[in-house]
Amino acid sequence: MAGANPTPSEYIQHHLQNLTYGLHPDGTMGFAHTAKEAAEMGFWAVHVDTLGWSIFLGLIFIFMFRKAAKLATTGVPGGLQNFVEIMVEFVDQSVKDTFHGRSSLIAPLGLTIFCWVFLMNLMDLIPVDFIPTLFLLMGVEHMKIVPTTDVNATLGMSISVFFLIIYYSIKVKGVSGFVGELTLQPFGKWMMPFNLLLEGVGLIAKPISLALRLFGNLYAGELIFILIAIMPFWVQWALSVPWAIFHILVITLQAFIFMMLTIVYLSLACEDH
Amino acid sequence: MNLNLTLIGQAISFAIFVWFCMKYVWPPVTEAMQARQKKIADGLDAASRAARDLELAQEKATQQLREGKEQAALLIEQANKRANQIVDEAKETARSEGARLITAAQAEIEQEVSRAKEELRAQVSTLALKGAEQILNASIDGKAHAELVEKLAAEL
Repeated sequence: MAGANPTPSEYIQHHLQNLTYGLHPDGTMGFAHTAKEAAEMGFWAVHVDTLGWSIFLGLIFIFMFRKAAKLATTGVPGGLQNFVEIMVEFVDQSVKDTFHGRSSLIAPLGLTIFCWVFLMNLMDLIPVDFIPTLFLLMGVEHMKIVPTTDVNATLGMSISVFFLIIYYSIKVKGVSGFVGELTLQPFGKWMMPFNLLLEGVGLIAKPISLALRLFGNLYAGELIFILIAIMPFWVQWALSVPWAIFHILVITLQAFIFMMLTIVYLSLACEDH
Repeated sequence: MNLNLTLIGQAISFAIFVWFCMKYVWPPVTEAMQARQKKIADGLDAASRAARDLELAQEKATQQLREGKEQAALLIEQANKRANQIVDEAKETARSEGARLITAAQAEIEQEVSRAKEELRAQVSTLALKGAEQILNASIDGKAHAELVEKLAAEL
């Protein structure tokens, strides 16, 4: 932390900075200590906290579901299997309602997105100072534990989805069909550049909006938790408890929206006009 | 919010998680669910079949019970009839036996009476003969008068 008694703005900035590892401008590798140093590292830097927490949470999801899958019986299901089956059923139903093609990827993709994003969002409910303080005691300066408040994380996922959209578009419609879809509508072949502009913006907007919606919601939620944390300790509960309860809805909803939009985009990509 | 390599790292881990989920999580779980669905459907089917069987069995049992009751009633009726018949026969036998016994007794009585009469007659004739013998006190030829006395006795 910057100083023993940081000002509110220092406190907020500290909380909003990722643990960045990369190449300093002077040629040495190391962690960035300030936001300015992190910005100077440019593209070739890594947010260690974002990657670490998201992989950790992803592994929790994978191990839990893999365990249930290994122990899956056709008889009376146990607690874990029951939960996993409810999730699977829920995602499967959502996919069946929206996606009419046949694909063995879409449903597991949806399940992974929902569970992973939910777990990453869930970190938002851990009081903002707990884990960063713990890491500070171990000598780690910055620690942002909610990966979805890092635009890199959400954009990384949405760009993967974007590539899947393109892959499915080309697979179902062929290259010419896909190009035709981008250029020949809505105004016919004499307005080709204009069509391409319209459709291209529409296509690019999909991953961007997908990423920024999740990022924006969670970033704002995190910021409000941080703002509440600046207040005197005896008043914090009155604000943080209602906000946390409301946030339970937000994190679930955002995970669901990310999954649902992914399914919708992919089903649009698979639809032949 | 600096865009950096984290984005690519996140995309890679995302791809790995999705691949793992698609390969090792989704198929076993959905298979187990489908198998259970089938099992439940089969179970429900078997249950409804069993219920139908039970209904049929109950119907059959009721019918058999009714038939049994009817047969029992028939048997009782027959038995009653037979009993009445036996009683009637017994009465008849008894009556005829009684009549026979009475007739036999009467015949015996008559026989006895006639024998007594016969005896009496013989004794009377002897007595009369003796009396006459003594009265007459003469030597009357017994044989000559016996015929007379017998005639007399027959009139008794």
